[in-house]
Amino acid sequence: MSAKNTISSLVLAGAVSTALTTLAIAGPLTKAEADAAIAAKKEKCFGVALKGQNDCAAGPGTTCQGTSTADFQGNAWKFVQGGTCANIELPGGKHGSLKPV
Amino acid sequence: MQPEPLLSYAAAFASALLDPGREAPRMVTGPRGQSTLKCYNVYRNNVTVSLIDALAAIYPAVQRLTGPDFFRAMARFHIRETPPTSPLLFEYGRDFPDFIARYEHARSLLWLADIARIERAWLDSYHAADAPPLSPSALAAVAPEQLSSLMFTVHPATRLVRSPFAAVTIFAANRERVSTDRIDASTAEDALVTRPEFDVLVQKLPPGGAVFLDSLMSGCMLAEAAAAALEESPAFDLATNIASLLEAGIFTSLTSGGAR
Repeated sequence: MSAKNTISSLVLAGAVSTALTTLAIAGPLTKAEADAAIAAKKEKCFGVALKGQNDCAAGPGTTCQGTSTADFQGNAWKFVQGGTCANIELPGGKHGSLKPV
Repeated sequence: MQPEPLLSYAAAFASALLDPGREAPRMVTGPRGQSTLKCYNVYRNNVTVSLIDALAAIYPAVQRLTGPDFFRAMARFHIRETPPTSPLLFEYGRDFPDFIARYEHARSLLWLADIARIERAWLDSYHAADAPPLSPSALAAVAPEQLSSLMFTVHPATRLVRSPFAAVTIFAANRERVSTDRIDASTAEDALVTRPEFDVLVQKLPPGGAVFLDSLMSGCMLAEAAAAALEESPAFDLATNIASLLEAGIFTSLTSGGAR
């Protein structure tokens, strides 16, 4: 630990006390309130259950995805559509873009 | 344990699944001498589409950012380069963020790999072990002179993703189906991903917060972690950081370093 950044016990105690006060403002839940809050969360279903598919996965437009040997490199620009990346700006006024740079 | 011949049959059958340039394996035969390639291609397609769908389920914000067509093309390249090594589909795609970082056509989206890292952390947090978060009163009970040597056990669902871009803002705007205003990507943001109860939380850490948490996660004492955070960011505010970590249920227990 470098000397200049040593943090005194006093400073630590002050910060911890402030932190706990901040939390207390939000109001400590009573046991009943906490149980109700947790019970409400438990009603949530499980979201991301990934399973393999044994039936035919190939719907319309997907039939070539496993078998195509076509090269994507040459026509990447064709795929620039539908995304939200154009809303994102980088310095120099450049927008996020999938077009070749 | 499966008998040896069955395993080698499976390996031979799978050998050409992800490479449509190769012929169908010789032991795949059709009825009445029909072409086997057409039948084998059904397997090729199902495997590939299942894996693309798995990546799309794990990385929905990335897909929303690029659009589905670009995403599926990018995913297919990754699948051919990095087939799954585990039968557990939720384990698949761990290398996808690094793939995105070096994927030629996504290079202009400098922040895209970091969005993927947050999404991967989200799923890992989701599947991590449950643990009851530390009650703030446990910290209140620590004697002031013991605070500096205090060490915390961090919740098993806690993950940290640091980004030089506005990754948390971009993630939040695209993970949920909300309309996005212009986002300035150039502000660095560090993501705290955790799951105190049943819902995964993703939130932005305050200045120095990532170093502070990272230090605590690697077993540093409270005073050491605070000093490291202050060294990285003079704007580091210890009280705010402790409060927000407690509120997010980041800790499960604490021990006094002196008691070691």
